[in-house]
Amino acid sequence: MAQPIAEELAKKQRAISIAEFFEKNRQILGFDSAPRSLLTAVKEAVDNSLDACEEAEILPDIMVSIENAGGDNVALIAEDNGPGIVKEQIPKTFAKLLYGSRFHAIKQSRGQQGIGISAAVLYSQLTTGRPTKIISKIDRSKPAHYYELVINTSTNEPEILEDKEVDWDRPRGTRVEMEMTASYVKGRRQSVLEYMKSTAVVNPHARFTLVEPDGNTIVFDRAVDKIPEPAKEILPHPEGIELGTLIKMMRYTDRQKLAPFLRYSFSRIGLQTAEEICKTAHLDPESDPHDLQLEDAKKLIDVFKKVKISAPPTDCLSPITESLIYKGLEKEFSVDFIATISRTASVHSGHPFLVEAGIAYGGSLGKEDRVNILRFANRVPLLYQQGGCAITHAIEHIRWKNYSMNQPGGGLPTGPAVLVVHVASTHIPFTSESKDALADVPEIIDEVELALKDVGRKLKTFLSKQQHLSKRREKEEIIKKILPRIAEKVSQVLEKPTPDITPIVAKVMGNLLVQRSVSKNGDGYQVEINIRNYGDAAFTIKLHDTHQYPVRDAQPEPKTISMGRDTDHTWKLNLKAGDRETIKYHLPFVSEEEANALPGLILEGADEAMVNGAKAVRGYVDE
Amino acid sequence: MNEHIQQRDKMAKEALLGIIERFYDQFENQKVPNIVMPTRTKANIEYNNDSEVWVYGDSTSTRSAKTVKGANQILKMSYVVELLIKEHLENNRGSTLRELYYISENWDIAKFNEQPESDRMIEDLEIISALQREYFHMRPEEDGATLFGSLKLKETTKRGERIIHCRDDVGEGGYQIPFNVENVEFLEHDAKFIIAIETGGMHARLIENGFDEDFSAIQVHLKGQPARSTRRMLKRLNEELNLPVVVFTDGDPWSYRIYASVAYGAIKSAHMSEFMATPAAQFIGVQPSDIVEYDLSTDKLTDQDIKALRSELTDPRFDSDYWKTQIQLQLDIGKKAEQQAFAGKGLDFVTQRYLPERLTEMGII
Repeated sequence: MAQPIAEELAKKQRAISIAEFFEKNRQILGFDSAPRSLLTAVKEAVDNSLDACEEAEILPDIMVSIENAGGDNVALIAEDNGPGIVKEQIPKTFAKLLYGSRFHAIKQSRGQQGIGISAAVLYSQLTTGRPTKIISKIDRSKPAHYYELVINTSTNEPEILEDKEVDWDRPRGTRVEMEMTASYVKGRRQSVLEYMKSTAVVNPHARFTLVEPDGNTIVFDRAVDKIPEPAKEILPHPEGIELGTLIKMMRYTDRQKLAPFLRYSFSRIGLQTAEEICKTAHLDPESDPHDLQLEDAKKLIDVFKKVKISAPPTDCLSPITESLIYKGLEKEFSVDFIATISRTASVHSGHPFLVEAGIAYGGSLGKEDRVNILRFANRVPLLYQQGGCAITHAIEHIRWKNYSMNQPGGGLPTGPAVLVVHVASTHIPFTSESKDALADVPEIIDEVELALKDVGRKLKTFLSKQQHLSKRREKEEIIKKILPRIAEKVSQVLEKPTPDITPIVAKVMGNLLVQRSVSKNGDGYQVEINIRNYGDAAFTIKLHDTHQYPVRDAQPEPKTISMGRDTDHTWKLNLKAGDRETIKYHLPFVSEEEANALPGLILEGADEAMVNGAKAVRGYVDE
Repeated sequence: MNEHIQQRDKMAKEALLGIIERFYDQFENQKVPNIVMPTRTKANIEYNNDSEVWVYGDSTSTRSAKTVKGANQILKMSYVVELLIKEHLENNRGSTLRELYYISENWDIAKFNEQPESDRMIEDLEIISALQREYFHMRPEEDGATLFGSLKLKETTKRGERIIHCRDDVGEGGYQIPFNVENVEFLEHDAKFIIAIETGGMHARLIENGFDEDFSAIQVHLKGQPARSTRRMLKRLNEELNLPVVVFTDGDPWSYRIYASVAYGAIKSAHMSEFMATPAAQFIGVQPSDIVEYDLSTDKLTDQDIKALRSELTDPRFDSDYWKTQIQLQLDIGKKAEQQAFAGKGLDFVTQRYLPERLTEMGII
């Protein structure tokens, strides 16, 4: 089905030479400036390699090398370990515009992006007059084929200048070498290096090697060795179909009747729905789709919108997944925190799509800078027109202050963060043919916002935990280092005994403070235990006072458990923030020595770090 | 040792011990140690109309050991107080602010990170105790200024008491004001007024011309922006001897500020204004109107001078008809003059004509 359409498109172009066509459309084809031309060529080569490896279930190993070729020219060499291309298809794949298997296959693919590698071949030949050199090998046991190709600009057909078998030491793969008027730039977002880095983030299963013109080699190593699930092809969903596409589908279908045509050419149309569509459109289900006219097609498009049809299946989408975005960010950025989310699929005008987002925070990222935004559509980095993209607009809609980030002037947030947004869809709605920015489709903006808010919440939780920890550390410094020294110094100056700082430690730390005092009372000793909650949280605890002496007139009355010689007296206490409880009892017939040597109190149900003045043991105390 | 000084040391020791006792009591009462102080920012400095000096306002801030910063300040304060009590007051020793900073190097986590921090700590103690740092035997780095005239005083030094007549017992350099003016006791004098002089040249001119004897004046050399001890000396001379004070400076905006700090106090030491400012001090000159009247040699005002004059027009310390007229006049003529400009009229002009005329005008002689 793909070939006839390509031919048809080529037919239209035959009237003008494709060189002229190219000149007129340089901008949308991505060859409008020297740096961008190189970037576009690299993108086309890398996209092809990644798609080919994915389909063949091979872990990609892709090398891109840029060399200065004199004057304003550079040589681009791109090499992969993909499945290779069968000999017969090599010329058309590289030297025929609009040739390819991906047109109108309804599935998520990278290739939906550019016009293809052949546009780079054409650009190379138009600017340098030199052929593109290809080596491809499909199996260890098969020979490698070497081609030198140009495109015949009047027929849009490949012209083979050289065709031979060569020795190539790779088991399989494809190597493209072309020269073009272009320039290698560094230090900005729209550069080959940044493109490779972004691509590495969303393809952590791939290894990329970039050799810069000065010989410097950068390796983006893989973080996982699992190949992502390949995306499935699905039939088009009626809701998203365009009139032209529908007419073409009717013309080229093998079905002879309208109802079966609808049922087997679209997803989510069953027997009943097909009947209903025909009835509503006042068309005979038995009529031959090949005979239907423009008016009938228009009726069908209208009816597709009226009749209730289930949302398209979403298993044709291939998310990068939360864990792989995490790994991608982890390997490319040195940060303190990463959160990622992969949302469930939604639908925009009949096309399934899903949004994934990630945030990397802290570490070596600039604290004062605007956040770095990495936008992706079907795993392909979007490098141009950031300001005009729905993803950017969604980021600007969010009130980042709610997620602990600054947002001066309400635009893009600032802070040490990288935001990743990936939109996967069978149909990416770009603002223009140059495919640099997503259109403001409300469903997509909503999903992007939800995804970013999700990772934003995780960031906020992380940061407040960090803050809590640093406060706790600060307090520990006070109680361990400074307070004891103050107590020591002031008592030295006054020549008085060093005061007990335990109650103050409890106060500073917001802890539970337990204090027991004994005083002479009649023929025995009066015991008073004070428990005070200086913290912000409520505590339900059990206080254990275990000793061998008989307890009288206790207020409140404890539960007692005999433990051999000793008796365990326990009180269950509920202490809200700021509460104080007092326990009193009397010990008759106890000497002063015994009264002052009562064993330590034990507090059950609170963390050791939260208690001063008693030994704390964890334990479950029911409410 | 002098009973008066013993008394003073005892007062200082009690005030310092009080600070430490407060911390100790806070521990005993299970309170996190803290100290409440006036907020030491420009926003909390106000002009007190009663005492006519700059003082701290009502806003206070609490330093509490609940924060690391507050806890460190309290710890360092405890160390400094120990030094002041046990080394300075009990052993009758003293150190300079710079020395204090170096002494703290042995204090482990209580050591100061930079000298401004230890300087501030001493200022804090002045504020809390309401005593000047001289009471704690803290010495300034710079020399005090000098005094010349018919004044007999007793200074208690580390090596005993000295009775000095500030004209007959001293050379032409005059009597050096000690860093702790409280160690000085005025015995007798026959002066009618005090004249504080900005420049050394004019101070020497007046001595050479015998101005102090002819007009029964005590001369105090300010040496530019006056040190704390110089200002304290002027304050005591004014209050205890009940003598009027006149201030004689160059005729430019910076010199007017020297006068203002003598008369109203400086923002940096607002907590000490009531000890050191002499609101009764009067400005004798050089006035902008003198430049016109006596046709003095002048320099042009620089841009900085003009800016300073304009800012003085909005400064409450210069908010009087007298100053507004004078400053406006100076801005109009665009000129400034030094004290020494009078030399152009002859070496005796300043002592025989200018000062007598001005002093008469001001009703001092």
